[in-house]
Amino acid sequence: MSDLAVATHGLTKRFGSQVAVDTVDLAVPRGSVYGFLGPNGSGKTTTIRMLLGLIGATAGQHELLGAALPEHAADVLPRVGALVEGPGFHPYLSGRDNLRRIDAADRTAGARTSDARIAAALDRVGLGAAAGKRYRTYSLGMKQRLAIAAALLMPRELLILDEPTNGLDPQGTREVRTLVGTLAAEGATVLLSTHLLAEVEQVCTHVGVMHRGKLVAQQPLAGLRSDAAPRVRVLTDQPAQAARVLRTLGLTEVAETAAETTGQLGAVAPEKVVAALVHDGVAVRGFAVVAPSLEDVFVSLTGRGFDVSG
Amino acid sequence: MSAVEVAGVPAAPVRRVSTRFLRSELRLIAVRRRNQVGLAALAAVPVVLAVAMKVAAPDTSDRPGGGPDFFAQITGNGFFVALAALGVELGLFLPIAIAMLAGDAVAGEANQGTLRYLLTVPVGRTRLLAVKYAGIVAGAFLAPLVVAVSGLVIGLILFGGGDVTLLSGSQVGFGEALLRLLGVCLYLGVCLSALGAVGLFLSTLTEQPMGATIALTMLTVASFVLQQIPQLDWLHPYLLTRHWQDFGELLRDPVSFGALTPGLLSAGAYVLVFATAAWARFAGRDVTS
Repeated sequence: MSDLAVATHGLTKRFGSQVAVDTVDLAVPRGSVYGFLGPNGSGKTTTIRMLLGLIGATAGQHELLGAALPEHAADVLPRVGALVEGPGFHPYLSGRDNLRRIDAADRTAGARTSDARIAAALDRVGLGAAAGKRYRTYSLGMKQRLAIAAALLMPRELLILDEPTNGLDPQGTREVRTLVGTLAAEGATVLLSTHLLAEVEQVCTHVGVMHRGKLVAQQPLAGLRSDAAPRVRVLTDQPAQAARVLRTLGLTEVAETAAETTGQLGAVAPEKVVAALVHDGVAVRGFAVVAPSLEDVFVSLTGRGFDVSG
Repeated sequence: MSAVEVAGVPAAPVRRVSTRFLRSELRLIAVRRRNQVGLAALAAVPVVLAVAMKVAAPDTSDRPGGGPDFFAQITGNGFFVALAALGVELGLFLPIAIAMLAGDAVAGEANQGTLRYLLTVPVGRTRLLAVKYAGIVAGAFLAPLVVAVSGLVIGLILFGGGDVTLLSGSQVGFGEALLRLLGVCLYLGVCLSALGAVGLFLSTLTEQPMGATIALTMLTVASFVLQQIPQLDWLHPYLLTRHWQDFGELLRDPVSFGALTPGLLSAGAYVLVFATAAWARFAGRDVTS
């Protein structure tokens, strides 16, 4: 059995002359929580739509749970729960009736267990009390929860969640993170598309970074961070002097402000830096080796911040 | 580990044959407030018609349209309220009702974002179209029936019943007349189902349900207009609405089923062509809504 829950090979989607997804080779290991990261417009949702067979690939193949799609869609998709580009429900039906409709459409779902499964899914996302209200009266956060509930109607081996915390308040965001953790602990693989770095840092085991339609990085979260160079941060009232010492030691990208000096550590041992500083009579008020934040890593990968890429 | 799993594809979940999705679709159509109001409007037309006839004697000398004239007989027998109402509503109200359903069918689901969730359930695209069309057909048969029943009830109240004089002059009992009215409803159901097939196709072309609804309504009206232009008689046999008013043939003695055949064949051809076109369009379409 394949140890990848999602595998794509040269997956490409062109809309006219625009390449939305460019030869992407995703490898999502089974049991992982895979953070699919990228700015808005980087091709995440288009990739997810291709994974689920909503749109056809211009080139390339992909497999979900070891089976090629779209050929085996009818066998594979029932084991995949999906949230794609925000919630979509009938506004004049209640939350519960909307779930009933989705469950009725699922040929693998039993009619007799339907009510119990729907109630369980609603409870799981904290919508039990609002289940009878019309969908149009829901807040954005409630709509988002209902969409997650829909993905949880049946036991799933793979969950593909596109921006699941979009529109949720901090409390709801935490709940969804906990839920994702629980689902992963129960054995499901989770592909979590997001543009929120904090989300990735807190729940993901693996990360794939999309930028302008290309997958520019893909590895375990720990590996991605260790690859990025740590920096030293020296708190001092003699920043210029400290900067000179750092440069002499061979640190790169040395920068100074009024109260601190920073530099990329490279291969230099941090204790040597401290010793050199003290030896040169720099008044050190504080010293730290700072692992780069995921945001720094991200910026170094994409060469830019978190704005919309064209 | 089972042999199937060794092959790389774990045992697929069992897929049941069930009417759940179809029933869900029918319920979705039925509970929608707009559809309920629409059906009530269809039922109100015969009432308005009958009351108007009761209040003022009709002037039937200058009536537009090519269908059989049931107005003259209304005041004599309430039965004809149903027929007259069907004739009137066939011009616009019934086609609009079907156009509404057809607009909702695919374009409506796309517009609300529910289409992508149905497809990822997964609902096969062919199955989705089949269920959607079944919903439209249910509406196509229900709508004329509602008009007929409403017409019958108000007609009997205002004008009474009794033996019915057919178009060919002979009389039949009220029971047989009812049977013939049911036949009329079924015939119109088939005609409106053909319209629904065109609507289903239009519905796969857009994400705006109103766009599909308006397009289908305009097509119907255009077809009626073209039908009135004698210079285009070569085109007339192919028009969607060409045979709709043929339902009057069911009110002759004996019933000339032969005269209904062209209408049924035409409807069948429309269903075949446009259901296929809808499938060809939808089966491979990128769903980006």
